[in-house]
Amino acid sequence: MQSNTSSKPAPHSSEKPDERIQRVPFWKKALSRPELGALAGTVLVLAFFIVAASGTGMFTPAGIVNFLEVAAQLGIIATAAALLMIGGEFDLSIGSMIGLAGILIAIPAVEYGWPLWAAILLAFSCAGLVGWINGNLVNKTGLPSFIVTLGFLFILRGLAIGISRLLTGRTQIGGIHEHMQGDWFAALFSGEVATGLFSWMAAQGWIATNFAGNPLVTGIPVSIVWWLGLTAVATWVLLCTPYGNWIFASGGDANAARNSGVPVRRVKISLFMFTAFSATIFACLQVMDTGSADTIRGLLKELEAIIAVVIGGALLTGGYGSAIGAALGALIFGLVQMGIFYTGVNTDWFQVFLGVMLLVAVLFNNFMRKKAMEAK
Amino acid sequence: MSKRTPMIEMRHVSKHFGSVIALSDISMAVCSGEVMCLLGDNGAGKSTLIKTLSGVHRPTDGQMLLNGEEVSFKSPAYALDAGIATVFQDLAMIPLMSITRNFFMGREPTTGWGLFKRIDWKRADRIAMQEMSKIGIDVRDPSQPVGTLSGGERQCVAIARAVYFGAKVLILDEPTSALGVKQASVVLRYIAKARADGLAVIFITHNVHHAYPVADAFTLLKRGGSLGSFRKEDISREEVLNMMAGGAELESLDAELAEFQHTDQEDQRSARPEAAPQNQASSV
Repeated sequence: MQSNTSSKPAPHSSEKPDERIQRVPFWKKALSRPELGALAGTVLVLAFFIVAASGTGMFTPAGIVNFLEVAAQLGIIATAAALLMIGGEFDLSIGSMIGLAGILIAIPAVEYGWPLWAAILLAFSCAGLVGWINGNLVNKTGLPSFIVTLGFLFILRGLAIGISRLLTGRTQIGGIHEHMQGDWFAALFSGEVATGLFSWMAAQGWIATNFAGNPLVTGIPVSIVWWLGLTAVATWVLLCTPYGNWIFASGGDANAARNSGVPVRRVKISLFMFTAFSATIFACLQVMDTGSADTIRGLLKELEAIIAVVIGGALLTGGYGSAIGAALGALIFGLVQMGIFYTGVNTDWFQVFLGVMLLVAVLFNNFMRKKAMEAK
Repeated sequence: MSKRTPMIEMRHVSKHFGSVIALSDISMAVCSGEVMCLLGDNGAGKSTLIKTLSGVHRPTDGQMLLNGEEVSFKSPAYALDAGIATVFQDLAMIPLMSITRNFFMGREPTTGWGLFKRIDWKRADRIAMQEMSKIGIDVRDPSQPVGTLSGGERQCVAIARAVYFGAKVLILDEPTSALGVKQASVVLRYIAKARADGLAVIFITHNVHHAYPVADAFTLLKRGGSLGSFRKEDISREEVLNMMAGGAELESLDAELAEFQHTDQEDQRSARPEAAPQNQASSV
């Protein structure tokens, strides 16, 4: 098909140059990317801590893994929140979904002897259902998703505490590590990858080792792999697939999208399901890592995810944003949280910084969007 | 009029919403290569008529024929598939998305298969550039946001998209109402081009000066009913204007205006002493 059309001479601007049309300079094109602000922010924060936290061990392999893990956990839910926000909606129930998913994994496995993979599948199905209900409520009622998911923030948290108390009498369930042996599905959410590479690097003397000659950092935590993987997939979906175009269209103007034949309802429902799934992935990683579930897990995570997404250049009104931006937003978050710890600044100041960062990001985004519209 | 089968025809179409009669007994026919102007004042039933044609509403009574065959659309998507494209007033364009993304919204060309099916951006960009240059709009970069285009250009992108995706009937809802003179002429020229390409165009407007140069025929609506269809050669611009506004109403308007003027003068004369300080205050 392509060879047919390319045989026709396309009236390209290069063939008949128009004196009114200038070439777009590279930097101007880069300015119109949503993640530019987040990239600049990451570089700034990184530079700051490289100076401020020099000699504290923040940038040793162990320190790097530390802040990357913080970034990864947030990044997983931020990716999904970014897609949803680009699609024009919010999900405030992510944090509560994390708590509920943890309970749904722990109780069947610990109390009722389910194999762990079955418990994880149960959590994912429930998450899918919650996302589906969220999406349908928003579609059918036309209420702002802020209200609908705010309702679910409380409903899901309450369910997590209620179910847990009813069935076990406690709000914390431990002893999951014993059930993890030989469960291939649980293994997807636990441990480290590239352990061979790290012991090889240790043998070469490239990274620090303990007294026994084993590397201090034995591998890349699996959460980081999930984070990078999800970000890559989300970016590919947004930039390269029809579904990605539908997400932008649904968020930009749902009515116009519908008139052009975009299945807006289905897009939104699937995005709500994806945020609930991402919360469950978060919960799996946390439960497998700590070996326990707690009903208060994930508190305020929905707001942190939104902060990361907004720092990443997404517009709260939808239709504009990027998954890479959200990943960078999460990275800034991890850098600052751990950086404050390493530099010995009182950690009370972390939240102040976070709030300021959010405001600066929003102002910057608004400014950039105006610039993008003036690009003509 | 002509012996050809009309591309789209309405026969005695009525639409009621409960006890409200929005359309009653409307008949009109548009052949391919023709522009039919649908004229009418606010509340004349223009919007209801377009929405019926584009599948948003189903007629309460009467028939719709597409190329001689009776049709009935369950939703706008069916009408679109049948080749009836409607460019709504709110444009169906998303300002923050690129020209290419907007152009192919909902109908993206893909390459690859299965999980790796992706948008063929090269082809999409090339087609978008081609179609835009056909209508004489210089696009520097098809990835620039639609928001950077002017209103007339945006309207043209919407029309070009409908034409590219094989519309046989093009319904344009007030395409020039929000545009300046120059921009409106861009759109009007493009409507003439679409007609030359053999489309049946239904052009809804209440601006006779925009409608008259491109139209082949006029249908006038008033209060849900049709005042009839007229070929351009049978009716003058003034006659159209008169019928549309209702000649009698215009005359009574003239009389009323004269009355206003009269009373204004009287007011001014009697209120001069008070008016003077007021003017001073407002100018400070």
